[in-house]
Amino acid sequence: MEKTISIHLKIWRQRGPKAKGAFETYHLDHVSTDSSFLEMLDMLNEQLVGSGKEPVVFDHDCREGICGMCSLYINGHPHGPDEDITTCQLHMRKFKDGETITIEPWRSHGFPIIRDLMVDRTAFDKIIQAGGYVSINTGGIPDANAIPISKVKADEAMDAASCIGCGACVAACKNGSAMLFVSAKVSQLALLPQGQVEAARRAKSMVAKMDELGFGNCTNTGACEAECPKNISITNIARLNREFLAAKFQD
Amino acid sequence: MATTETKKIDAKIPQGALAEKWNNYKAHQKLVNPANKRRLDVIVVGTGLAGASAAASLGELGFNVLNFCIQDSPRRAHSIAAQGGINAAKNYQNDGDSVYRLFYDTIKGGDYRAREANVYRLAEVSNSIIDQCVAQGVPFAREYGGLLDNRSFGGAQVSRTFYAKGQTGQQLLLGAYSALSRQVNKGSVKLYTRYEMLDVVLIDGKARGIIARNLVTGKIERFAAHAVVVATGGYGNAFFLSTNAMGSNGSVAVQIYKKGAYFANPCFAQIHPTCIPVHGENQSKLTLMSESLRNDGRIWVPKKKEDAEAIRTGKLKPTQIAEDDRDYYLERRYPAFGNLVPRDVASRAAKERCDAGFGVGSTGLAVYLDFSDAIQRLGRSTVEARYGNLFQMYEKIVDDNPYETPMMIYPAIHYTMGGVWVDYELQTSIPGLYCLGEANFSDHGANRLGASALMQGLADGYFVLPYTIQNYLADEIRTPRFSTDLPEFTEAEKAVSDRIDRLMKIQGKQTVDSLHKKLGLIMWDFVGMGRNKAGLEKALTEIKKIKKEFWSDVFIPGQGDDLNTELEKALRVADFLEIGELMARDALVREESCGGHFREEHQTGEGEALRHDEDFSFVSCWQYAGEDKEPTLLKEELNYEFTKVQQRNYK
Repeated sequence: MEKTISIHLKIWRQRGPKAKGAFETYHLDHVSTDSSFLEMLDMLNEQLVGSGKEPVVFDHDCREGICGMCSLYINGHPHGPDEDITTCQLHMRKFKDGETITIEPWRSHGFPIIRDLMVDRTAFDKIIQAGGYVSINTGGIPDANAIPISKVKADEAMDAASCIGCGACVAACKNGSAMLFVSAKVSQLALLPQGQVEAARRAKSMVAKMDELGFGNCTNTGACEAECPKNISITNIARLNREFLAAKFQD
Repeated sequence: MATTETKKIDAKIPQGALAEKWNNYKAHQKLVNPANKRRLDVIVVGTGLAGASAAASLGELGFNVLNFCIQDSPRRAHSIAAQGGINAAKNYQNDGDSVYRLFYDTIKGGDYRAREANVYRLAEVSNSIIDQCVAQGVPFAREYGGLLDNRSFGGAQVSRTFYAKGQTGQQLLLGAYSALSRQVNKGSVKLYTRYEMLDVVLIDGKARGIIARNLVTGKIERFAAHAVVVATGGYGNAFFLSTNAMGSNGSVAVQIYKKGAYFANPCFAQIHPTCIPVHGENQSKLTLMSESLRNDGRIWVPKKKEDAEAIRTGKLKPTQIAEDDRDYYLERRYPAFGNLVPRDVASRAAKERCDAGFGVGSTGLAVYLDFSDAIQRLGRSTVEARYGNLFQMYEKIVDDNPYETPMMIYPAIHYTMGGVWVDYELQTSIPGLYCLGEANFSDHGANRLGASALMQGLADGYFVLPYTIQNYLADEIRTPRFSTDLPEFTEAEKAVSDRIDRLMKIQGKQTVDSLHKKLGLIMWDFVGMGRNKAGLEKALTEIKKIKKEFWSDVFIPGQGDDLNTELEKALRVADFLEIGELMARDALVREESCGGHFREEHQTGEGEALRHDEDFSFVSCWQYAGEDKEPTLLKEELNYEFTKVQQRNYK
């Protein structure tokens, strides 16, 4: 049988990047525990719009944990209290009847607030543009099986490549560091022969861009790994540091 | 009834033998020299597999590209959610695959409603796609020897599907995104994120720019170019509940349809058999469980109605049903393909069992997908390595552990084979306007086989459009850049602002979502898995009613010239209403069953789809005739010169 709960919500509302924000409180009844967290917010927004008010603005799209668009800081955790999932995969069965849930945007120097819970993460795109690729053009490529790659390496590269670019690592970090994000891309490509040609240049230019965009330093607190919805390992940060040092030595 | 015209539609298919057509085309097409490429601007709308690969490849060639997406980053386009894999005719498994066989399976899978020449080209370039992606660093699954692994997918008897865990779409999209990012860094592509195209601008009948809304500021802006490429995905969200992302929409298709581009085969929508069943009224979307699960999972319902009833009321668990009391209905009906029949066949079979009273789950609208045999045969760790992330996703949503109890699945709207009509060059019926990927109609006929969407998106973007668009642009090298102050831009912008003003001024009582849900229910009930004349006529009447309600009673808070998520949704729903009507109209005219289009009046004695080739071997091309006027139906005849058209048989 369907079970429903009542909840209180404390949600951060802010008109724009420069505007002053504040928490507003709301109350919702008859929330099905089978609903996802974002479906609960849909209910709230239907209620707000139904009474002539503007809805709470938040980013969301695929609602199956892969696009990386959703980005809520729920009860002090990026993507909420459940493990290894994004906000859109969080379900209301994880909350108790009568509970107060606090929802904030990602808070970081690198991600300015656009409105309410929506933030600007174009800094991540800029970091990738600085070197997160293999410099090849379309066509004129050797056969896909021309270079054998060990399964262990390929699987490791795949694990690093699972990053969805949501920014939870930055939101979780007290320094606002983007090292987990950068290291995941550097690792994926450094582990594969295709990416090794440019490995040194890539590590240097991506780190330089990250610093330029105002992300903080890594002090190995491990909060990023703990909150990452895709379980990206901090061993990637160690690999990035090695790649970066090797690149510096080459200079 | 729709008016039908006999105007001949020319798909510009090159002459010659099937295997020679694409090479012949490339050998004789016009090209643009490097110095001239710099002077030519191309707008690409969409950053999914098709859009990103096209924008990146055009940038590499030296064109000046403007690339738009509605998301905050190009990496978030919905291609990212494709799970299972991508087909290619590599024959790495030595199991008898070839370009011809991939072509044949795709044509047959599409129930003989696709163009031979397009599908053959798709199969031909499929191998280059795999090479390209590996070179970009896409971490496809590998065997211990270091070579690429493959798995099998529905509708094929070979293993030709390349995959990256259950996240193939993500990895391919990130590959295309990395190529795109490289061009952005070089300055050949300029990105416009959080922008939504709201109209195309035509000058002297040619596409010369777009009007787009900056979703952050709400301002309407103008962009000019020598050609416009749209790759904006499918329109499955007309059903409200689908496996599409919340933002996926069909609005660009509607905009260009209203400017003269034909809309082809709108009724061909794919209902995917393996989705997580609906849980309740506040559900916002449906989650797909990859078709690859059907490699190892067995689909069944109870043999006895009383068992099904007991399961629905919670008195019995599926694990308590004895082996002999289970009906593995796909294996029973289709021994040759078993659980790997194409999607349309698997979806209809599930509906048939549920309608007959054998469905499970609390609603009775679910069937089991059971891995207990696979776990016994392969061990839990192998199953986990193959499907671990999908099992985890299922458990988070449903709160059931699929290692211990069978998954519950039910069909849901997933992909639209229909879309903007394009010729062999991927050009729409508007010169200078191209359409790629799911947004066009071209390669999947009436049903798309699994792992073919990623193949088509990347084929269009990497290996087809960068050639064919030059055949057009070669004649544009003397055309100077257009000013966006031209009256054509002013007029188009005014029409867009007027439409937004009109919506904002309604100030009615119903929310956008509530109206969208109404449309979705009508679509699912009457334009869904089983369609008939009376139902489709009812759908047409009902959709008209909802349209009227929408334009007189919708409520949108906030301002038009500001960030406004309700307005964004409203603009899209207004277009879904048009698409819904077009789908019903097309389904009504197509008095046969083929692929995903099942007209209950047209079935074999065994309940299989019954085509009528003598009357319906054509592409329906709908031409807009004006507001509140019935569109005109034009036909592109399909000629099968190289394959023998026959009844599909998966038995």
